[in-house]
Amino acid sequence: MSSDEVIVHRYEVGDVVAEATYSIDRESLVRYAGASGDFNAIHYRDDVAESVGLPGVLAHGMLTMGLAVQPVVEWLRDPARVLDYQVKFTRPVVVDPVTGATIAVRAVIGQLDEAAGTGRIDLTVTVDEATVLGKAQVRVTLP
Amino acid sequence: MNPDLTEREFEKTSPYLVGREKVREFSRAVFASSPVNFSVEAANEAGFADVVAPPSFAIVLQQLTLDQLIGAEDAGIELTHVVHGAQQFRYTRPIVAGDELTAQLSVTSIKTLGGNAMITAESAVHDIRGEHVVTAISTLVVRGDA
Repeated sequence: MSSDEVIVHRYEVGDVVAEATYSIDRESLVRYAGASGDFNAIHYRDDVAESVGLPGVLAHGMLTMGLAVQPVVEWLRDPARVLDYQVKFTRPVVVDPVTGATIAVRAVIGQLDEAAGTGRIDLTVTVDEATVLGKAQVRVTLP
Repeated sequence: MNPDLTEREFEKTSPYLVGREKVREFSRAVFASSPVNFSVEAANEAGFADVVAPPSFAIVLQQLTLDQLIGAEDAGIELTHVVHGAQQFRYTRPIVAGDELTAQLSVTSIKTLGGNAMITAESAVHDIRGEHVVTAISTLVVRGDA
């Protein structure tokens, strides 16, 4: 080695920065409906969900999107570090009246811009091992 | 689906005052656990004027503008045929309790795909000083049998 300078990279692409699981039930959906103002009946009435051909009462896509970013927010500590957040809703989350549903979130560094001090965090969001959000990405100012 | 929607200038929504208890209620509903979402003291220590809303809270503002879009008599959009395809938020700063926010909609694209229409609706949210807070972008899929 010609130099004893060491460049320290605090993060690397592929690092897992946060992981969490959330158990939701019908009460969670009612709570989200009230908090958000989204009272679409497919999120609380089995008969309505069935009448439009759904496999059951579904979680609001925005509930799944909203909770999936929380592990990242906790890791960042400062919510102002969230610059951009996007998802595609690829698979509905059916919430069983008795057993509910369990949403697992894994947040991995997908891209780094060390000069700008920013990074892209890729979220893998699954229910029973099946991915429910596509291209779920959070652009952040790195802590 | 009315293709002229992309040229329409929608009215700004009337000011929405972000309430402290609404932020706490929304935070609980999305399983937030950061102290800044609940505690004024923690928010102040972190440099915010009041409790901070979670990133997805901006959907509440965008919903007001989507109601204008779906409610427009000539839009040709039937609510029961609308599916939320994708969502994005581009933040300048987080929303905090006490903010008075207005949102203005523009329909940036309408694509027809195999009988379905895909609408991209962009809602720019500004505070009372006219400064940008967040832009919320919804992709709505409208099923063609509408």
